[in-house]
Amino acid sequence: MRGNTIMEKILTPIHKAESRQSAVMRRLMVLGLLPLLMIVLCIVLGMIEPKFLRSANLINVLRNASFLMLIASGQMMVLIIGGFDLSIGAVVALTSVTTALSMNALIAIFPDSYLLVISLGVLAGLGAGAAVGLLNGFVVALMKVSPFMVTLGTLSIASGLALYMTQGVPVYGMPDLFTRDFGRMRIFNLPVVIYLTAAMLILIWWMMNHTKFGKYMYAIGSNEHAARVSGVKVTFYIVATYTACSMVAALTGILLTARVGSGEAGLGATLMMESIAAAVIGGVSLRGGVGRVEMVALGALFLALVTNAMNLLRVDSKLQTIVIGVVIILAVGIETYQSKRVKR
Amino acid sequence: MTTNTTLNPPTATGQSSAANAPLIDMKGIQKRFPGVLALDQIEFELRPGEVHVLFGENGAGKSTLINVISGTFPQDGGTYTFCGEALSNLNPYRARQIGISPVFQEFSLAPDLTIEENLFLGREISKGGVLNKSEMRTKVAQVLDNLGFDLSAKQRVAELSRAQQQMAEIAKALLHDVRVLILDEPTASLSERETERLFEIIDDLKAQGVGIIYVSHRMAEIKRLADRVTVLRDGRLVGTVEAELVSEEKLIEMMTGRTFEAMFPHIENRAGDTLLQTSGLTTRDRLVDNVDFNVKAGEVVGIAGLVGCGKSELARAIFGLEDIESGKIELMGQPVTRPSPAHMLKRGLCYFPSDRVAEGLALPRSVRENMTLAALDLKAFASRGFLKIKSERRIADEMIRRLTVAPGDPEKRVEFLSGGNRQKVMLARGLERDVKVYLFDEPTVGIDVGAKAEIYNLIKEMAEGGAAVVVISSELPEVIHLSHRAYVMHRGALVAELTGEEIVEATILAHFFDRDHLDEAGEPPLQDAG
Repeated sequence: MRGNTIMEKILTPIHKAESRQSAVMRRLMVLGLLPLLMIVLCIVLGMIEPKFLRSANLINVLRNASFLMLIASGQMMVLIIGGFDLSIGAVVALTSVTTALSMNALIAIFPDSYLLVISLGVLAGLGAGAAVGLLNGFVVALMKVSPFMVTLGTLSIASGLALYMTQGVPVYGMPDLFTRDFGRMRIFNLPVVIYLTAAMLILIWWMMNHTKFGKYMYAIGSNEHAARVSGVKVTFYIVATYTACSMVAALTGILLTARVGSGEAGLGATLMMESIAAAVIGGVSLRGGVGRVEMVALGALFLALVTNAMNLLRVDSKLQTIVIGVVIILAVGIETYQSKRVKR
Repeated sequence: MTTNTTLNPPTATGQSSAANAPLIDMKGIQKRFPGVLALDQIEFELRPGEVHVLFGENGAGKSTLINVISGTFPQDGGTYTFCGEALSNLNPYRARQIGISPVFQEFSLAPDLTIEENLFLGREISKGGVLNKSEMRTKVAQVLDNLGFDLSAKQRVAELSRAQQQMAEIAKALLHDVRVLILDEPTASLSERETERLFEIIDDLKAQGVGIIYVSHRMAEIKRLADRVTVLRDGRLVGTVEAELVSEEKLIEMMTGRTFEAMFPHIENRAGDTLLQTSGLTTRDRLVDNVDFNVKAGEVVGIAGLVGCGKSELARAIFGLEDIESGKIELMGQPVTRPSPAHMLKRGLCYFPSDRVAEGLALPRSVRENMTLAALDLKAFASRGFLKIKSERRIADEMIRRLTVAPGDPEKRVEFLSGGNRQKVMLARGLERDVKVYLFDEPTVGIDVGAKAEIYNLIKEMAEGGAAVVVISSELPEVIHLSHRAYVMHRGALVAELTGEEIVEATILAHFFDRDHLDEAGEPPLQDAG
């Protein structure tokens, strides 16, 4: 075709060179800062408090981080589509209570088949999570209510339900196979939850990068109108994302319940805030469209490290929440500053 | 999913007998939005292999019509037939499946995704929800290569220039089999060269029997491309004409409903003292580079130039909205150091931004509040921090009368007003205080013909009342017919100053483009500068 060569000459990629540089800078900022900070934190901690480097402590950090990584990767999905999920911690509580209560009820019916009781109990917990997620998704997608308000409402509903069902009393009596054998199971001396989390993170990474569902999440969060006119069934995928997020939270709730050994309406109270913090520290944009699960996992690890450091240094637990608050504001501040710079 | 090469769409079904049967046949189309009849009894027909131009003012209903055609929103009445089949419940997804590919002005690209991901958005090659990335990559490369666009599939859309985004958008439309291609002012952000390439692609597609709907109000493009032209005005069909048989003047008459010259008032030139002057003005981002410019009392000065040439930024820098690196600004003989909007307003200079929604108006607030927002520091409106609602209301009423804002209710929320009336609400801000210098940035973008004429008359009033008026506009006729003096801006610099009779389209256009590039191409600057 005539003009091909001329075109090539004219469209000299001025913009390209510039943008490539900024992309590299961005990547460096996002990827480089967090691991660097964590390494510095570890070295300093190891020097001040040798207990930090003991394997028991490191395993403890990893286990705590695992729960947070899981739930934060759920939060990440909702943030990527430009939403918000405040109900995530309440879902953990509701799941915990539902799982424990249904196992107790089932064990009376099938006293000998532990595996069946456990599977059904887990399914009930996941079902409770899915129900909250579906409700969140439908109200956000169909009624166009701000996700902030919707999930604030379901937060209240779910935690209210959990409290009402238990009257605030922990629910004991789940099969030992679940609480002792599974909850405290170790493989190669590492808690089983670490393996499960790793598997889930890989699954989510694969979903975000290699499936339509993942691509559509990014597209919807990036420009919902564009996704719609491109033929993406936006409403469906918004509902699906909220449901997936709640199911991941439910899974976290089940693992925590197994670990704690009882169903508790107070479980996961801090996880909502921490999940958002971990996601934002991991570079997820609050405006949607941007976020990678591997970075979110790093963000969660970072938060777990900071908490562990404060515990080892005997920082008052009331002061700890203040520190976490400061970290969150800093993370959001840096994120906003960066995205402004990139836009310029 | 089919994987044919892009530029080989399926030939029209039915071959010879149906060769001239219309691809699209619309009859009696109606579309209602809350409070407006956006389309009323529209007839539209598209044949295979033709370029059918949709022509009309902003707000005439062109965008609504192409949105109906591409399934973004359904029509409320009338029949829409595609290849002989009546379409109902069309949505964007189905429209693309049957080969209707729109290229919208506001891009359907997700900025955080790569070009590759965007091109396939909604139509990924996948199996059970799992993406086949390598196959998509091959196809994207092939399409970009075929089109001769210099884009890299891996780039994020947010990092592209507007022209590159436009090219990505076109590539997206052509990725799959196309039977109807809709282009909504595609050249608005393209360079001359890119435009020529686009026209070649259009010629190719025509030869393959693709029907092309082309929305534009650029005469040169219509002459170059159109087979037929359908003119819309205020949501109604004015007529469909053969492009060869109709003159430019006739088209403009059809579009505006009045003769061309009647729209622009004659403004007496009573140039007095220089009120605003810049020397060596350079902004930090270099979009304004070393600009010497002045405007006198009673004078209308036009600034013309391509999108992105820096003409907007010049006014914004003077008003204190862009960072200035060096240079001087003098307002009424007094030097201005570090301009800021509040400061400039106080000293009698007012800037009306082009993006009224983003920068001008608080949409959910009332007409009254919007009108007086910029004047609340005046004694007439506030004392000791308390507002005087009564005097606010009085002024608002007066402004509504003077500018004929419709509806005339000062408490009406601005979001319910049309583009023209919104602009009038904005302009009221400049009329409440003693302003000597007005800077208009695209004063008539997005507003209807009637309101345009009123705004031109307001500019006449201002200038003849002794104010200095600067009109920055991408609409050449505006600059040509209103200005006593005109500057042409190119890549941040003023490249020409024209006065009186010199201000004609050909002269201005000649200064629009970069010589180096033209020499390289070996083509005369603008043989079709209509």
